Amino acid sequence: MRTDFQIIQAWIDSHSRVLDLGCGDGSFLKYLKEHKQTQGYGLEIDPENIERCIEKGINVIEQDLDKGLSNFIDNSFDTVLMAQALQAVHYPHLVLEEMLRIGRECIITFPNFGHWRCRLYLTQRGKMPVSKFMPYTWYNTPNIHFCTFKDFEELCQQKQVRILNRMVVDQTHRGDWISRLMPNLFGEIAIYHLTR
Amino acid sequence: MPEQIPPDSVGLVEPQLAIFNSPLELTCGQTLSHYELAYETYGQLNSNKSNGILICHALSGHHHAAGYHSMEDRKPGWWDNYIGPGKPIDTNHFFVVALNNLGGCHGSTGPNSVNPDSKKLYGPEFPIVTVKDWVKSQARLADMLGIQQWAAVIGGSLGGMQALQWSIDYPDRLKHAVVIASAPKLTAQNIAFNEVARQAIMSDEGFHQGWYKQQNDYPKKGLMLARMVGHITYLSDDAMRQKFGRDLRSGKINFDFGAEFQVESYLRYQGEIFSENFDANTYLLMTKALDYFDPAKDYNDDLVAALRQAKCQFFIMSFTTDWRFLPERSKEIVDALLSAKKDVSYLDINAPEGHDAFLLPIPRYKNAFKAYLARVADEVKSNEN
Repeated sequence: MRTDFQIIQAWIDSHSRVLDLGCGDGSFLKYLKEHKQTQGYGLEIDPENIERCIEKGINVIEQDLDKGLSNFIDNSFDTVLMAQALQAVHYPHLVLEEMLRIGRECIITFPNFGHWRCRLYLTQRGKMPVSKFMPYTWYNTPNIHFCTFKDFEELCQQKQVRILNRMVVDQTHRGDWISRLMPNLFGEIAIYHLTR
Repeated sequence: MPEQIPPDSVGLVEPQLAIFNSPLELTCGQTLSHYELAYETYGQLNSNKSNGILICHALSGHHHAAGYHSMEDRKPGWWDNYIGPGKPIDTNHFFVVALNNLGGCHGSTGPNSVNPDSKKLYGPEFPIVTVKDWVKSQARLADMLGIQQWAAVIGGSLGGMQALQWSIDYPDRLKHAVVIASAPKLTAQNIAFNEVARQAIMSDEGFHQGWYKQQNDYPKKGLMLARMVGHITYLSDDAMRQKFGRDLRSGKINFDFGAEFQVESYLRYQGEIFSENFDANTYLLMTKALDYFDPAKDYNDDLVAALRQAKCQFFIMSFTTDWRFLPERSKEIVDALLSAKKDVSYLDINAPEGHDAFLLPIPRYKNAFKAYLARVADEVKSNEN
């Protein structure tokens, strides 16, 4: 299992209801279903991923996050999860609001654009960073809303969102002492556990 | 005519007749004291009778869903793309049952059957049947076949409505409901199309208030028109453009009212074929069943409350260009299932073919369907051991 999922799964209660926004091939939901007897759904738009979910026996709904989540009623889930998709939605702040409306808690992970390597790339080359981790060029990337660890904290503060847990990890999803000390500079992936 | 039966076909099949003598009370208040259902089966029923799949037909469908009746058959059954060995509804794993609904004109008791009370043809006096009635009669067919619980009930369009009704009325008798290109009830626009079709039939002088058989006549023009209207709504604008464009049959405009455009001659041809093979009274009954379908009605118009009864898992599919049963209508079912906390998966398949897409071998549709039913087959197997 991906290491960010290993961290996240500890925050999800057994027998809880989980909504996974951008659920990919459904691996994480399958893990939760098998190990924590959760009930829930994945939202996905990629046909290949949707088919993988169906094969796995995961409830998958073809739905575009950018078209809203108004079909989900208030407080209908224990946890609403969005892993590595915040940077790809049109209005991240609206999605965050919706996640907190639908779920009691929510979990969000995103690539931290404030990481030193991004900063170095931009200052040295004067170009948008392209890496193995984020392999797209600026014009064809699905990642249209990059933010930093600090930006996201500000958004949470502004929206009066309570942060239950937060972690930053590197590409291999390990959290070392230096990234704990200076998360915006040394964390590559930000992982947030939020509630209202 | 197939020169030889394709390897993924269920092959030559023979319809069967199930006879019921216990009275069936219908929603309209009338009772059928005796009735018969024509049906076909494909594949083998397993020892614990857990691999049954019920196929519910759409407006003009019937029991012949797959395979051929003879080597002279021009075409296989109406859903042959999806039923057979190795196909999504895989007859290597499932025992598939397809039937002609009550009121039909292909072997089941309907307007052309003899009313046992009056010893005359029912004709227009055949009672109005609803989706609920059909589901009830299908449950009795299941009883007769010894099937306590279907592995899945599957249907497209009006057939999807039956699958949905099954999940609400008989929650313990199915494990999965597959609802394709369907809706939780018709819109006014849809009822309007049905009304045009009915008026076309009823205003035809060959209709004789429904007693056309006695007059050795039938409302040919009315049935043609009804089918033409239907056909237009089953195709998308794009599909029609691609199929016919504005092509002229003779290459030039004749300034008359003959069938000049290819699309005109196509519609006339389809209408004609249909009028020769379908019964007018049945068409009226089937469209009424569509209009009346509204499972939420029994639950204070609350679809969520209705679907809360269900225990099965749901698989819902719609097609992007279907304007007779819009994807939004399928989403209404999905949203109600989400609110009712039921297991549901939903796909909106990008297909240019309109409502008819549900019968066509569209790769994404076929793959997803196959993936879903492979899992149903696994469940059946694991419960066998």
